Amino acid sequence: MPYNQPDSRGHFEEFGGKYVPETLIPAINELDRLYSEVKDDSAFQDELSSLLKHYSGRPTPLYFARRISEELGYNIYLKREDLNHTGAHKINNALGQILLAKRMGKTRIIAETGAGMHGVATATVAAQFGLECIVYMGVEDIQRQKLNVFKMNLLGAEVRPVSSGSKTLKDATNEAIRDWVTHVENTYYLIGSVVGPHPYPMMVRDFQSVIGRETKEQYKELLNIKSPNNEFPSPIPDILVACVGGGSNAIGMFYPFLEDEIRLVGVEAAGLGVKTNDHAATMTKGEFGVLHGSASYLLQTKDGQIKLPHSVSAGLDYPGVGPEHSYLKSAGRVEYVSATDEEAIQSFQWLSEKEGILPALESSHALAFLKQRDNNIQDGENVIVCLSGRGDKDVHTVADYLGKEI
Amino acid sequence: MNRIQKIFQNRSEKVIPFLTAGYPTKESAVEMVMAAEQAGAAMVELGMPFSDPLADGLIIQEASQIAIENGVNIKWILETVSNIRMQSEMPLVLMGYINPIIKYGVDKFIIDCKNAGVDGLIIPDLPPEEAEEIVKMAQNVGICIILLVAPNTSDERIQEISQMVGVLIYCVAILGITGGQGANENELKKYLKRVEKFSSCPFVVGFGIKERVDVIEINKMAHGAVVGSAIIEQLKNSDEPVKTIGDYIKKLTRGTE
Repeated sequence: MPYNQPDSRGHFEEFGGKYVPETLIPAINELDRLYSEVKDDSAFQDELSSLLKHYSGRPTPLYFARRISEELGYNIYLKREDLNHTGAHKINNALGQILLAKRMGKTRIIAETGAGMHGVATATVAAQFGLECIVYMGVEDIQRQKLNVFKMNLLGAEVRPVSSGSKTLKDATNEAIRDWVTHVENTYYLIGSVVGPHPYPMMVRDFQSVIGRETKEQYKELLNIKSPNNEFPSPIPDILVACVGGGSNAIGMFYPFLEDEIRLVGVEAAGLGVKTNDHAATMTKGEFGVLHGSASYLLQTKDGQIKLPHSVSAGLDYPGVGPEHSYLKSAGRVEYVSATDEEAIQSFQWLSEKEGILPALESSHALAFLKQRDNNIQDGENVIVCLSGRGDKDVHTVADYLGKEI
Repeated sequence: MNRIQKIFQNRSEKVIPFLTAGYPTKESAVEMVMAAEQAGAAMVELGMPFSDPLADGLIIQEASQIAIENGVNIKWILETVSNIRMQSEMPLVLMGYINPIIKYGVDKFIIDCKNAGVDGLIIPDLPPEEAEEIVKMAQNVGICIILLVAPNTSDERIQEISQMVGVLIYCVAILGITGGQGANENELKKYLKRVEKFSSCPFVVGFGIKERVDVIEINKMAHGAVVGSAIIEQLKNSDEPVKTIGDYIKKLTRGTE
């Protein structure tokens, strides 16, 4: 069935939309207009492709992980987004949006960050284009991601600590929006995930879908099946797995496969367990609502106040999720499951020991799915996991968790 | 004609205080609104607290957080409005973000507002693009949705917004959040002249209004002045919220204590 979400108003059925103060409407409408122009503009797309190739190092490899495949009895491929410049998929989107900011003539870039990967990616592209950059980051995240804070400083960005509310990504996003409302005339808000008001969820998805497009091509090459003139349908894997916080790497991986017959699995952070109060499993436990400019599933109280999420992984520690994921869940197209802190840490160690790759704690949640007993993966199936980022930033957290001193 | 339309029939000076419902305490809520009326408030905006108020500055964020900790929710606010209605015919407007309303149930909320005696609703994260349905629902029961316009809202949009709501619009004085600096006088003048020209209904102005002089200036250019953060700030260091409200609003309305 052809997939054509969202509609022109940015709705994925009841999800999405533009729930922002009036002050921001001119800015997002301008962005919407500009984006629909550049979407099919070959000059823009060529410039972006060139940056992705020469600056970020794309295409990233699709790697057959032999040892863990042997252990589990099915074929596991890793899409190595961790090998991008700045160490995660975030740069795909940051490069796309900085080109838009430039076209809009904005001189000041703001961003929110959780784990710091989007902050680093934004600081990086702002440096590259010579623009002022301010990154909002929760005080708690600053504590657990000191390395990324220092990196942003080295890149010339100002990191503004946010100490309201949960002191994490949710509050950093509030602060970024407040800044945007106040400086909307010269400021571009470079959102890091498929969240926020329309057109952001659609635009970030499009920029990230380079992940899925490459994967499709590379999978074909890896299987060494030739299909000249597209006589035969392209071979596609059986299952795609990606972690979901806001959900940008997952959407980027899934989007080019949505019309294919393939099982798609998003893995959320279950923190200490979905039956406790300390988790970030928005799809599993959330209810319909509006946060940060769009309608989606949210972790909230009976009075509609946003709940504080918990995850060992700063990048998944968010009480909302991109509206398109909520739509894909309600449409039954994507399965959403969860993995605990404990499972993520174990998977972090597992991949390090067995494949020589330190995965980000976010990506470790996707890996954890492979080892879950009820994952319903059959022997011999072909499974692709989006390894969204590298784990260097997380070694302190992992050491703390394991009670080891570095 | 509802209570809001009635008071905006004549163009007298109007002060519209904003109070976060249940701040600093739930117990003082009704009396605070009554004190505001006695001190000369034309209408009161009651803030429904939300955990993530993205159009608000630090002062209202903190007040909202305390109100939530005090156990304030929509049900309690509507009961409070009913209690105020037993003693007062002053127009009452609820101001709050959309999420708690969705959680409460939009249809039920509108009906319960009507029954409690609410006259208007301001939902800062609900621009006209997302507001159509709720505007209709509210109009059916005689409640006004008061949409916002900002200094960067185009002429055509001001026209559309005022026609959509019909009764009253709320002009955000600055590009910014609540509790910030006041507007530059010349720019504000130009902006409000534009609103005057393109709005088909009366308009009040809020954000950055603190003192009697602001109230006088704003009322020359618009149909009323909303004072929010400046009032909440007063309450922060007060043990007698009812007296503090009365005194401060007297200063705003009459320039005396």
